[in-house]
Order: sequence, then structure tokens, then C-alpha cells
Amino acid sequence: MLSRVFSWAGFVLAFVFLTAYTALAQTTILNVSYDVSRELYKQINPAFIDAWKAKTGETVTVNQSHGGSSKQAASVAEGLDADVITMNQAPDIDFLADKGLVAKDWKSKFPNDAAPYTSVSVFLVRKGNPKGIKDWSDLAKPGISVIVPNPKTSGNGRYTYLAAWGYALENLGGADAAKDFVKKLFGNVPVFDGGGRGATTTFSQRDVGDALVTFENEARLIAVEFGADKFDIVYPSLSVEAPAPVAINEKVVDKKKTREVATAYLNFLYSPEGQAIIAKYDFRPRDEAVLRANQAKFPPVKTFDVEKLIGSWADVRKTHFADGGIYDQISVK
Amino acid sequence: MAAAASRRVLPGFGLTLGYTVGYLSLIVLIPLSAALIKTFSLSWEHFWQIVTAPRVVASYKLSFGTSLLAAAINSVFGLMLAWSLVRYSFPGKRIIDALVDLPFALPTAVAGIALTAIYAGNGWIGQFTEPLGLKIAFTPIGILIALVFIGLPFVVRTVQPVLQDLEAEYEEAAASLGANRWQTFTRVVFPLLLPALLTGFALAFARAVGEYGSVIFIAGNLPMISEITPLIIITKLEQYDYVGATAVATVMLFVSFALLLVINGLQAWTSRRMGRAR
Repeated sequence: MLSRVFSWAGFVLAFVFLTAYTALAQTTILNVSYDVSRELYKQINPAFIDAWKAKTGETVTVNQSHGGSSKQAASVAEGLDADVITMNQAPDIDFLADKGLVAKDWKSKFPNDAAPYTSVSVFLVRKGNPKGIKDWSDLAKPGISVIVPNPKTSGNGRYTYLAAWGYALENLGGADAAKDFVKKLFGNVPVFDGGGRGATTTFSQRDVGDALVTFENEARLIAVEFGADKFDIVYPSLSVEAPAPVAINEKVVDKKKTREVATAYLNFLYSPEGQAIIAKYDFRPRDEAVLRANQAKFPPVKTFDVEKLIGSWADVRKTHFADGGIYDQISVK
Repeated sequence: MAAAASRRVLPGFGLTLGYTVGYLSLIVLIPLSAALIKTFSLSWEHFWQIVTAPRVVASYKLSFGTSLLAAAINSVFGLMLAWSLVRYSFPGKRIIDALVDLPFALPTAVAGIALTAIYAGNGWIGQFTEPLGLKIAFTPIGILIALVFIGLPFVVRTVQPVLQDLEAEYEEAAASLGANRWQTFTRVVFPLLLPALLTGFALAFARAVGEYGSVIFIAGNLPMISEITPLIIITKLEQYDYVGATAVATVMLFVSFALLLVINGLQAWTSRRMGRAR
């Protein structure tokens, strides 16, 4: 009996020492992010590790986790120990703020509303643009087939919907006209894929659709991946700005005592070095100098801010995307 | 008689029953009741409103309809496959036997992408059917094909062992008593196979109802036309509407359970009937 107690005590002691040892030996932070940023952070992380080592002499390990952004946010809410959260849409961070993991004023913690880079919704059309698609109004014409990821499951699809809505508000005037417009546009969609990548496959591999609406970085990637001789990118007269917000998980950084390194990690994204890597992966950098250096890649485009033109994300979710919302109304004939 | 019923050859009834109940609770009942409890936070009107929304109802029809049809198709062709694998020997038989299990092993997303590639308008098969006006990928027909694909092994693997045990003497006896081939099949062989076939049908159906990975690629996911119920659940989860998602899941659970209960009852009934007839 006694020996058993001793062996248990030994086991517990060994465990305590082991965890203490690993904690002392190395700082590890976890970046929980969305799907498409995998390649970007694969390059950001080593650059940050070197910069941090040069500055403090400490060695830090950065782990990354990627997946559909809402699912990733849900995992963090359920207890995945993310030090930092880097997403592609504000509602996912707002969700974590509601859960008390992220500060309520997370947008003020870092520059540019805590979004180190943005993207815009653009059109990808078949080479030579045979259907002459120039703007949102062309996508809503009869006989045009448009590929859009499902706005119900994909942030990319939601931005497409909001971009079309914003275009209609500005050009056709009024919510009724906008509703009519998005109804026509989404009536032209033959396939709703679950996410941006699925829509890319449908458009580029299955030859379905005259135009694909997706983020600029995705459109540029397709052009590189499948050859620039097959597709053209079309910039509409007005698009939506899709900032990629970042935040610190207050609960986790306090527990793991990693606030300093986690903050430095997110600030690194704003550094000229970080911004250059971001531009390399086709996301629009915030840094003016880096943006100018990549002007050929990022032609100027007129964009609007969802929260300024349409409403707060909470309202947008309720009026447009929730069950029975405007998106449901236009899709149920 | 009573003594025989209470005294068993092998001991351990209490232990095994305890184990069965405990294990089932841990693996099946507790997760499912968590789903149920989450829906209890809804008022009845709200629950009813969620689960009877037109888009959701359209998805039930599609999911249960295509699943039943796919299971039926698998029952017919799975039976034929099992028959030829058991009764005939031909070159490459073992390879074909192994091929049957592939849909089990293949990640469903891979199956979905492969099927979509084949049946899309520019695919191997799609390029011939689309000019004829038959669109397969991105329509409910595509969903049906994906469900037939993933359900096939269930029927073959449940019927095969029964068919192996079925001595050829039964058929010989039937023939020697003057039955023609059709009568031998419908009156002798088929009734013996029916319980196993129903089990295979039930398994293929259950698998099809819950299938998400492969269907999502080929379905097209058009509201009211080709949205399966699991997609409706995912869309609710994506909107952080966990309660709505579990409400629809609960309906799915109950309908599936009811259908499986009916099929299992049918299966028990046919095997009892066969037992008496023999």
C-alpha cells in the first residue's frame, strides 16, 4: 500500500518537474488562424523567431493551427490554448470577445483597427473576358453564370454578398433595390461551394461559370497556379474591403505568461519585414511604402467599409445572414 | 424449462449487461443526450419554427429521399455483386472483393472530389451525359451517386457471409422438387437472404443520411434544391447558432431512429418467419 503511494507521488513529482522544465526551457505560442493563411504564417513565423531572438536573445517557438475560421474560433472558445488569433473576418473575433477571451476593445489594441492587412473581392473571368463582365451589374444579367462560395458557410461568400449589396446601395439607391439586385445576382449562381477553395475548384477545374467572385489573393493564386493564359482578373467599380483582424487571447497569455511575446508577434505583422511577406502572399499591406513597391500587383480599387456603409457586424449578421434574414429571403423563391 | 432459462452454460450475464449498458452510454447515449439537452433550451414554438422552415423541410426530403433510394439501389446491385463473388470463380475475383471495401477506407472528401471530377460537364462521364440534357454533378442525381458509392460495401458485406453459408443443396432440392429457376430464387434463396439484405439496407441508409464529406462537393448546394440536412446543420454552426443546429439534428436523429426501428423490426419479422417455415 505504502509503496503504491510512493510510486504515485513519484509519478506526480516527475510530471510536475517535467512540465516546469519544458515551460522554463522554451516559450511556445500558438497562432490559431483561418485556412488560407497557412502559407503566409509558415513564412512569417521563422522571420519573427529570428527577429525576437535578435532583440531579446530568447528562443520562441510559434505553432500554427489552421481551419475554417468559424470552426477555429469555436475551438478557441472551447479551450484551445491559442495565444493569438488571426482571422479573416471581424465576427469571429467578436464572438471570442463575447466569450470573454478577447478584450472588448480589441480593435484599438493594434493599428488599423487591429487588421495588419486586407483583401478585396474581385472577379476572375475566362481569358479574354468573352462575356464582357466589367462590374457587379454584369453579374446580375440573365444568362450569366457566377460562382460564389456559400455565404452561409464562408466568410468569402459573405463578403461577396455584402460587396454586391454595397454596390447596389451606392448605384441603385435604397435597400429594396439592393435586395432585388442581390436576388438576381445570386439567382445566377449554379453551385454554392462550402468555402473559397471549393469555389475555385468548381470554376477552374470543372469549367463551371462565367465568373468567379473571390478575394484578390485567391484570384491571384489561381492565376499563378493554373497559368495566367487561362484567366483574367477584373476589378469592379466598387468593392468591399475585407480586413483580416488579429487579437490576443487574454486568458491564455495571462495563464502562460506570454503576453509580451504574443504582442510582439502581432506587432511584427505591421513591421516593414512582416508587411513585405504579407504582400508576397497577395494580401494588401497597410504600409504605404510596401504597397507602393507592389503597385503592379495591387491596382488601386475603390472600396467601402462594411461597418460604415451597411452596419455593424452584429446587425449585418442579424438582418442578412441569420435564419429568415435577407439572404434566406432571396434564396427561397 | 424455467431452470434452463435461468441457468446458462456460460456465466457472466450481469457483467456483460452492465458492460453493454455502460459502454453504450459512454459512446452513444451521453453525446446524443447532450444534443437533446441543448434543444431543450428552446421553446416549443421556436423549435417548431426552426425545424419546419421551408429550406429545412426541403433538405429533409432530399436527404431522406436520396438516402432511401441509394440504399434501395445498393440492395439490388449489392446483392448481385455478393452473388457473383460467392457463387462464381473468375480471374481477379480477389481483387474485386477487395475493391468493394474501398469506399470504407477512402476519405469521403476524396470520393466527393473524384466523383465531381468525373460527372461534371467537362468530366469523363459528364461530357457525354450533359449534351443529352442529363446534368449529374451539382444536381440531386449527383448526391444519389455519391450516396450509392459510400453505401455499397454495407450491403455486399452483410449479404456475402449469409450467401456463403447457404448450401447449394437448397437449390438442388428445390430443383429436384420441380421448381424452376425463378421459383428457386424467389421462394427459396431470396427469403433466406432477406434478413441480411434488410440489415445491409439499414446500414447503407444510416450511413447515407449522415454523409457530408462526399456529398458536399457534388451537390451544388442550391437552397431548396440540393441542400442536404447535414449542410443545413453546418450552416447553422457557422452562424454560431448551436441551438438551431442541434434542433435540426434532433429531428434527423428521431426520423433516422424511427426508420431504423422499422427496418430492424422488418428484419426480425422476416427471420422469425423463415425460422418457422424451416
